[in-house]
Amino acid sequence: MEDSTSPKQEKENQEELGETRRPWEGKTAASPQYSEPESSEPLEAKQGPETGRQSRSSRPWSPQSRAKTPLGGPAGPETSSPAPVSPREPSSSPSPLAPARQDLAAPPQSDRTTSVIPEAGTPYPDPLKQSSDKRESTPHHTSQSEGNTFQQSQQPKPHLCGRRDVSYNNAKQKELRFDVFQEEDSNSDYDLQQPAPGGSEVAPSMLEITIQNAKAYLLKTSSNSGFNLYDHLSNMLTKILNERPENAVDIFENISQDVKMAHFSKKFDALQNENELLPTYEIAEKQKALFLQGHLEGVDQELEDEIAENALPNVMESAFYFEQAGVGLGTDETYRIFLALKQLTDTHPIQRCRFWGKILGLEMNYVVAEVEFREGEDEEEVEEEDVAEERDNGESEAHEDEEDELPKSFYKAPQAIPKEESRTGANKYVYFVCNEPGRPWVKLPPVIPAQIVIARKIKKFFTGRLDAPIISYPPFPGNESNYLRAQIARISAGTHVSPLGFYQFGEEEGEEEEEAEEIQNIPPWTTRLSSNLIPQYAIAVLQSNLWPGAYAFSNGKKFENFYIGWGHKYSPDNYTPPVPPPVYQEYPSGPEITEMDDPSVEEEQAFRAAQEAVLLAAENEESEEDEDEEDDYD
Amino acid sequence: MDADSLLLSLELASGSGQGLSPDRRASLLTSLMLVKRDYRYDRVLFWGRILGLVADYYIAQGLSEDQLAPRKTLYRGAPLLSPQVQIKEETRLVSVIEQIDKAVAIIPRGALFKTPFGPTHVNRTFEGLSLSEAKKLSSYFHFREPVELKNKTLLEKADLDPSLDFMDSLEHDIPKGSWSIQMERGNALVVLRSLLWPGLTFYHAPHTKNYGYIYVGTGEKNMDLPFML
Repeated sequence: MEDSTSPKQEKENQEELGETRRPWEGKTAASPQYSEPESSEPLEAKQGPETGRQSRSSRPWSPQSRAKTPLGGPAGPETSSPAPVSPREPSSSPSPLAPARQDLAAPPQSDRTTSVIPEAGTPYPDPLKQSSDKRESTPHHTSQSEGNTFQQSQQPKPHLCGRRDVSYNNAKQKELRFDVFQEEDSNSDYDLQQPAPGGSEVAPSMLEITIQNAKAYLLKTSSNSGFNLYDHLSNMLTKILNERPENAVDIFENISQDVKMAHFSKKFDALQNENELLPTYEIAEKQKALFLQGHLEGVDQELEDEIAENALPNVMESAFYFEQAGVGLGTDETYRIFLALKQLTDTHPIQRCRFWGKILGLEMNYVVAEVEFREGEDEEEVEEEDVAEERDNGESEAHEDEEDELPKSFYKAPQAIPKEESRTGANKYVYFVCNEPGRPWVKLPPVIPAQIVIARKIKKFFTGRLDAPIISYPPFPGNESNYLRAQIARISAGTHVSPLGFYQFGEEEGEEEEEAEEIQNIPPWTTRLSSNLIPQYAIAVLQSNLWPGAYAFSNGKKFENFYIGWGHKYSPDNYTPPVPPPVYQEYPSGPEITEMDDPSVEEEQAFRAAQEAVLLAAENEESEEDEDEEDDYD
Repeated sequence: MDADSLLLSLELASGSGQGLSPDRRASLLTSLMLVKRDYRYDRVLFWGRILGLVADYYIAQGLSEDQLAPRKTLYRGAPLLSPQVQIKEETRLVSVIEQIDKAVAIIPRGALFKTPFGPTHVNRTFEGLSLSEAKKLSSYFHFREPVELKNKTLLEKADLDPSLDFMDSLEHDIPKGSWSIQMERGNALVVLRSLLWPGLTFYHAPHTKNYGYIYVGTGEKNMDLPFML
């Protein structure tokens, strides 16, 4: 009780302080002044000075003191005491002052205390609230005007009314939007007159300034919506009092929003939102195309149905089984993928197709479909350069000059492993990817062994763009589409399992090859049942530990593999990039290219001397020749 | 993700591929409700699933009124005592969860607000991020006591709103690029995935109140992240 009433009682306390102390305790005028600014600044709930008064004020708040006595009566004898209260009048609601004063004026008058049931002090730092708490007196008045009905529903209303009051009072305005407040008005006027403006003269100016500030703040127009708090609050309270909802305090925020929305004339804000919504519409359009496509081809479907059915897997059924295991994309995403696969099979001559899985990327993801083309209808493969062979031999320039021919370099590029024949081995299947169902499918280039070898040595995230370069060491021959293809190949090789005996002829996929491939005692596969509760319908699920994200399920007749993840192998050790190889010895080191030491000084001098000697001899010879020539001219 | 909106949240987070099977879902719903009642939590979050060799742990967290107060974590699963390691699996589990939470539990800006009295509350008027905000890393905060906030310059702090911006944003996470932001279903859903703790997925539908995160993974940090970017 203390706590809840304390904010309310602050006011009273202040008033009490002002009034009681002056006459009784001979406190300086400073004290009411002190308490006054407090009242005008509801933000600072200074309980300090008032705590002492709490006990006093608690008395006035006894519920018995329902406002039954007319205000006029008690107000009368209080002419003397209200003096210090008057300055506070404007700042606080006039009405509570009246009853409060009544309380304060004399403890015996406590009966008259406004019966305001103390609002449960809500913890919200509402600047208005504290004063509003003191507003309980308003219901005091209102109830008188409206009868007891108001008293019953006092809890929410007084609170709100009080709030309203605060804003009013803070604004020093007496305009009342509610009829119920007429009385307060009169009362406040009455109260105003009563207290002689003796009390704190110093305070009013401060008080006024504070009030002005508060009001200005309330009237400040919001930059977003053009509202101001003042109007908004008054509108809200009007609405509440008109509609009288149940438990208005609980839905106060919603009421606030409704009021705001009602005022906001909804312009069709085409400019702003369009940018944001465009991609949404775009993708929706594309996916709509997916859905429509089924309709359009309805007629031809019977013909293609046979082939189409063979090719198109029952993605939904597999998804259902995987969902039992807790793996999979959501239902409608799976359905969209299903439709996209259907589109793929319709546009390409495909024998068999399977939803391979989804690889996550940084910016976008990849939805991967594994496809087997029909015999002889394979598309032309793009000739790929064997990048591995293109190491430059050309830089083997000799260091020193005096050579005639370039030394032969030892360096021979490692033999490029020949590309596997298409549709065999790792390239048995062709993979198509798309970023999102609805976007066009892109065929991934076939993989070459060099790529797989290097893919084993690097570990990179996919960005989602097929043409992104892969910057790594050792350098990956290709861009993201090649890396993606290589990883898909590795994952497929490592995780595609089928139950024993499923395939009649001994294909590699028939058995689980990974039995041998354990890493640090972690078994390569984890098996479990999908459901422990209903074992007879449960399916067996395999979860790969080597490639986190690879799953396989089997339920006796059906089995399926699936991958969803980032596309990396699991390694308990951290990844360390391979060390660059030692500097290669490219050339045979022989005397031809070995650098000679620079001659020392003595050697140089000796050399020069020798040269000069030679020169001299040569000149002598030349001069002799010249003389010979001259002789000839003669 | 909130236990109340578990089904919807699972659907929204399903893009990462790991979800819950129907029977798990059903049992979880019930048990989360019971937990909420028994422990008197304000909110119960389904934190995620940690995959183990033999069985999985399902983790739930309870939040009291003050959202930033330390949470109680509950788990259900088969405690597997690995004979080689001395540490009890339970301890390890708890530490992993705490690490993950400290590192990557995130929340959109505006979903919680701080009152001057101290405790943080769920912001009931949070209407969701706008699309442009949703694509920026700075609109998401770590759901933990701020660590870097104090190091900001005064200039930066001046722009912050103390009631909303009282947690670290994701912008300054090291290493840069350890989050992947994607829009799914056109622009109807934004999904953040952590690359440091692969398996942590955060989703949010812009302009709605739906958001949440879930971790499904083996509980291992991706130490190779700098090599992979």
